[in-house]
Amino acid sequence: MSGISTSQYSHYHSKVARNRATSEPAWVRYLLIGTALSFLSLFLFVPLAAVFTEALRKGFDTYVTALVDPDALAAIKLTFIAAIIAVPLNLVFGVSAAWAITKFEFKGKSILITLIDLPFAVSPVIAGLIYVLIFGLQGWFGSYLVDNDIKIIFAVPGIVLATIFVTFPFVARELIPLMQAQGKDEEEAGLVLGASGWQILWRITLPNVKWGLLYGVILTNARAMGEFGAVSVVSGHIRGMTNTMPLHVEILYNEYNYAAAFAVASLLALLALVTLALKTYVEWHAAHDASLAEDASK
Amino acid sequence: MAKRKNILPGFNISLGFTLLYLSLIVLIPLSAAFIKTTEISFAEFWQIVTTPRVVASYKLTFGASFIGALINAVFGLLTAWVLVRYTFPGKKFIDALVDLPFALPTAVAGIALTAIYANNGWIGAWLEPLGVKVAFTPLGVIIALTFIGLPFVVRTVQPVLEDLEAETEEAAASLGANRLQTFTKIILPAVWPALLTGFALAFARAIGEYGSVIFIAGNMPMVSEITPLIIITKLEQYDYVGATAVAVVMLVISFILLLAINGLQWWANRNNGAER
Repeated sequence: MSGISTSQYSHYHSKVARNRATSEPAWVRYLLIGTALSFLSLFLFVPLAAVFTEALRKGFDTYVTALVDPDALAAIKLTFIAAIIAVPLNLVFGVSAAWAITKFEFKGKSILITLIDLPFAVSPVIAGLIYVLIFGLQGWFGSYLVDNDIKIIFAVPGIVLATIFVTFPFVARELIPLMQAQGKDEEEAGLVLGASGWQILWRITLPNVKWGLLYGVILTNARAMGEFGAVSVVSGHIRGMTNTMPLHVEILYNEYNYAAAFAVASLLALLALVTLALKTYVEWHAAHDASLAEDASK
Repeated sequence: MAKRKNILPGFNISLGFTLLYLSLIVLIPLSAAFIKTTEISFAEFWQIVTTPRVVASYKLTFGASFIGALINAVFGLLTAWVLVRYTFPGKKFIDALVDLPFALPTAVAGIALTAIYANNGWIGAWLEPLGVKVAFTPLGVIIALTFIGLPFVVRTVQPVLEDLEAETEEAAASLGANRLQTFTKIILPAVWPALLTGFALAFARAIGEYGSVIFIAGNMPMVSEITPLIIITKLEQYDYVGATAVAVVMLVISFILLLAINGLQWWANRNNGAER
C-alpha cells in the first residue's frame, strides 16, 4: 500500500550480489518462480484475459454497439461526474489532514489517524446503508427532503456521497508518512524568509510530495470510478439516470446480455491497466528523484 | 529535545477542516447506524442477528475470508520472495500487475471469475469432469475473496524482505545452517509481523467484500449467501432496522479488526526498528 517508499530500495538491493551461501540451488529457484507465476497467472492474467475475450466474443460491431448505447453513455458520464466531484474534495481533505497531523503536535493525533482509516474497514454495503439511514425516505432528513423536493438517495448526490466515503482515506494515507519523513525545516526556513502560509504550501510542501500526491489521486480516482457495493445501495438502478458503469455492467449481466456486460467491463479493465501503468511511472519517478537527492547530498 | 514553539501557520484551519469533513462524511453517518438500532430492544436486536440464515452467512463470510487470507499468506509470501530475491523475464511487469485487484472494479472481477469458473468456462470446463464445482458454490466465494486480497500480503512483506540484511544470513550459513534452517530461523521470524499484518488486512477486506462475490456465489440462502448480501436483501424489503442490526454486528467486528491491524503494524515497526 505504501508503494512509493517500498520501491526506492529495490534498485539498491538488486546490485548486492548474493553468494552461494545465501542463495538457493537452481532447481529450488525455478520451482518457486514457477509456482508463484502459476498462482499469479491463475488469479491475475486469466481473469484479465477473460474480460477482453468475452467482450469481443460476438465481434467488434457488437462491442462498439454496446458502448455507444445511450444507457451505457449515460453510465459513463455519471461515473465521470462522481469521480470529478469526489477526487478533488478528498484531495483537499488529504492535504489539510496531512498538514495538521505532520506539522503540529496535538492530543489525540493517533486516534485521528485511526479514524481517517475507518472507511477502509467498513464494508461498502454499509457505507451505502448509512446514507440511506440519513437521507432516505424514513431517514433523519427524509420528510424534510420530500417536502422540499430534494432527492439524494436514488439520485446523483447519494452516489457522489457514497463515492466520497469509500475513497476518503487514500490521499491522506499517502501524504501523512511522506510529509512526516520530510519534517518541517524547509517550511520554517520559508517562513523566516517571509513567505506566507499559502506560499509555503504551494512552493515548498506540495512540490516536495508531488509524486505521493499524484499517487493518492490515481488510487482515489480508480476506486471512485470502480466502486460497486456502496453505490449500488444508494443508486436505485434507474437506467440512463442513476447507473454508473459498474452498475450498468451488473444490469446487462443479469439480463444475460454477456457480450455487452463484458464490453462495458472492458472499459473499466482498461482504466485499471492505465491506473497500474501510471502508478508504476509515478513510483519510478519518485525513486529517481530520491536517488538524485541522495547523489546530491554526497 | 527541548520543546520549542511551533511557528508554522494554518494549524486551526487545517485541523478544523479535517475534523469537520471527517465528522460530516464518516463519523455522523456511521453513528446513524448505531442510533438506528436503539429503536429496538436488545432482545429484538439479538433475535435479528442470530436467525439461522444470518448465522449461516457469518460462517460463510468469515470462513471463506479466512481461507482466502490463508491462501494469500502462503502465495503472497512466495510471490514477495520471488519478486525480491530472483530475476526472471517480465519481473517488472508482474510486479506492477500484482496490484490489479486494487485497481480492477470489483464487479468486473466478479463477472470475469464467474465466466472462467462456470461449467463452460476456461477452468470450470476442466473441473466439471472431476466433479468439482466452483461457480455458484462456497468454493467460488473463496476464489473471489482470494482474488481481492491478493496484493495485501505481497505489498506488506515485500519491503521487509528488501530491507533484510544479507549479513545475518551469511552468519547463519557460516555457522553451519542450511538454507531451510536459515529461512525458518532467520528470515521467517523477521517477516512474521508483516506477514500477519498482510493476512489481517486481506481478511478484513474480504469480510466486507460484495461486488466480486455476488456474481460467482449463486447467493443461495443458508449455503452461499454472504453477510453483506443479507444487508442488501433486507434493505430491498424496506427492513431498515433488520439491515442496520446486521450492519452493526459487522461494523463492530471491523472496528476490532482495525484496532488489531494498528497494533500489528506498531509491532512490525518496532521489530524492524529494533534490528537496526
